[in-house]
Amino acid sequence: MTIINDLLERLFPRNESHTSRDEVKLRLQQILAQDRTDLPPDKLEALRNEILSIVSQYVELDSEGLQFSLQCNQRVTSLIANLPIRRVKHDTIVSSPTPEPQPQLGNTSITDAL
Amino acid sequence: MSRVIVITSGKGGVGKTTSTANLGMALAKRGRRVAVVDADFGLRNLDLLLGLENRVIYTAAEALAGECRLEQALVKDKRQPNLVLLPAAQNRTKDSITPDQMKKLMGVLATKFDYVFIDSPAGIEMGFRNAIAAATEAIVVTTPEIAAVRDADRVVGLLEAHTVHNTHLLINRLRPLMVAANDMMSVEDVQEILAIPLLGVIPDDERVIVSTNRGEPLVLSETPSIAGIAYDNVVRRLEGETVELLDFSVNSDSWVGRIKKFFGSK
Repeated sequence: MTIINDLLERLFPRNESHTSRDEVKLRLQQILAQDRTDLPPDKLEALRNEILSIVSQYVELDSEGLQFSLQCNQRVTSLIANLPIRRVKHDTIVSSPTPEPQPQLGNTSITDAL
Repeated sequence: MSRVIVITSGKGGVGKTTSTANLGMALAKRGRRVAVVDADFGLRNLDLLLGLENRVIYTAAEALAGECRLEQALVKDKRQPNLVLLPAAQNRTKDSITPDQMKKLMGVLATKFDYVFIDSPAGIEMGFRNAIAAATEAIVVTTPEIAAVRDADRVVGLLEAHTVHNTHLLINRLRPLMVAANDMMSVEDVQEILAIPLLGVIPDDERVIVSTNRGEPLVLSETPSIAGIAYDNVVRRLEGETVELLDFSVNSDSWVGRIKKFFGSK
């Protein structure tokens, strides 16, 4: 039975994970997020770098799995960042309760930019 | 209270003019007094889709220049006395009129008709701005394709910015078989992305081409077509009725699916 099912699956793949329909939706969501915010790619790149540098002061990030994108839902655009943490840098947090580089970019200015 | 509705899309070729012709005609059939306005100066086509090209004498341009009265420029439909067409000038560019002139002209039409439909040109430049200037409502037409949806989204934003707040979505040329095969965005997909209220869905239908060949809007045809019925439903919704979307769902029990089911996969 399972052999026949496998065969059918192979002959007529269901393509559940990667259909062209999924792909077009994803591409549209990303491009519309950019269109709607009107945030040029270089600014987005600068934003990304600044956020990463701040986060990196506290934790060591897994650079392989980093994701950083604008997405929109119901005409609201969100900044989606997925920053996998490899380990926490205990030393930096304890030593400086008010880290000095922070005033460069706080949470509020991120939302303001969007 | 008359309604001035612009039909627009951003991208060209998605069905603005076809939709204008069919919605206008369907409403006229229901006894409403309707004016359809071609705002595509320089590239007019609405006269062709209505089969009225040989009756055009004056256009909106002459009416604006005072070379004729507005009534003289209005082309009465030969089949449906409730419908008139205000043709665009073919020999001028979109920059030859201004949003203010358009507002004035539409203001006069609004006193005489229940519905004024403005068929917008593609693009978001002067012609588009003229087309939306007088509108209080908008129908954004799109097809379930990436470029059309992106442009539609842009237009939705611009309509908002120009204080046209009553905007509805018309999804054209849906191919249910392709949606079932996950090779086309569904109605829900497009609606989720654009996030404006849905006015209707027109399935892809070869009869649309036949009807444009003849200059007879589908809704006039004696033999009903699926697209014609869909346009009729849109018009009923415009008139305030609650009409369910047509069920285009394709039988998912295809033979492959049936065989798979038989062998016990989910």
